[in-house]
Amino acid sequence: MGGTDRGATRFGLRFGVPVDVWRIIVRQSLSISVSLIPIGLAFGVLCSKAGLSWVQALGFSSLVFTGGSQFAAVGVLGDGGGVAAAVGAGLLLSVRSLVYGLVMTPALKGSFRFRAAASQLMIDESVAVGTAQTGSQARKVGYLTGGVSVFVFWNVTTLLGAVVLGSSGQLVEKFGLDATIPAAFAALVWPRLKNVELRRVAVVGALIAVVLIPIAPPGIPIVVSGLAVFAGNVAGRRRWPRGARSS
Amino acid sequence: MTDGWIVVGLLAAGTFALKAAGPLLLGNRRLPEWFETVVNRLPAALLAALVVTSAFAAKGTLVIDARAVGLASACTALWKKAGFVTVVVIAAAATAAARRLGMS
Repeated sequence: MGGTDRGATRFGLRFGVPVDVWRIIVRQSLSISVSLIPIGLAFGVLCSKAGLSWVQALGFSSLVFTGGSQFAAVGVLGDGGGVAAAVGAGLLLSVRSLVYGLVMTPALKGSFRFRAAASQLMIDESVAVGTAQTGSQARKVGYLTGGVSVFVFWNVTTLLGAVVLGSSGQLVEKFGLDATIPAAFAALVWPRLKNVELRRVAVVGALIAVVLIPIAPPGIPIVVSGLAVFAGNVAGRRRWPRGARSS
Repeated sequence: MTDGWIVVGLLAAGTFALKAAGPLLLGNRRLPEWFETVVNRLPAALLAALVVTSAFAAKGTLVIDARAVGLASACTALWKKAGFVTVVVIAAAATAAARRLGMS
């Protein structure tokens, strides 16, 4: 409670938060941004391999600005999938943004225009930095700093990946750069496999894809694999549990 | 490639709607519990499917080619608790080596 006020009087304020809190926010934002460099590069490579121009790659990274969704949508396009399948797969991977929005709402007070602009930064990393702080103002500054920092790193690395690494198709094959894509997805899903429930969901999702790849149009297997969320107790006796429950 | 721009446009609109629904419309409402379960599980399902399609799918068929070697190496690296960069570099190197040895 008194922590922020004491800091404010002793060390001054930056964007309405004590300087020491601001420093922590900057450090967290930069380290999380740096960790995304290889993923941004990989996304750029994926775009050029899918036949997208570097402008379109930047379009994804700035306008869509949701890592998982971008990878899913461009992955579908690269596999020869249609617009609907690409958008569907991308949207399914961004459903969690809705939850993030609800988590961050109390800290994101301001004009309609401010809230709309701030919403574009609603990603895993900005919410991580934001929710790591205490108090509304620190959460808001953390969220915005994390979001802006990732936005800059993400777009620069996308551009580098698309223009420098992905420009030559043969280079991609020769250096095995196309294998970075399944490797990146594997690295993203790996931490979730420790959880028994999520492991079951992942296995069912993978099986759905294996079964559908030969018979369904490209992209559809990914969208349909979302049904794997019903593997286990959600799909069990109570199919669509009605509303919130206490346990 | 106009399809690319259509996907950018639709996906940007859709993701923005999801991102902004809370701060602009919903306020402090809570979502039902089943919805949170689904949201927690969706990435596991989709990412697993993306691993499979990006490693084994080629023009509507299942194939085992040099990418599979890369994926197997990546999983081994992940199992040994390697970081993201290491995992990705190992996958690329293993696939490049397999191609050098004549795999497609």
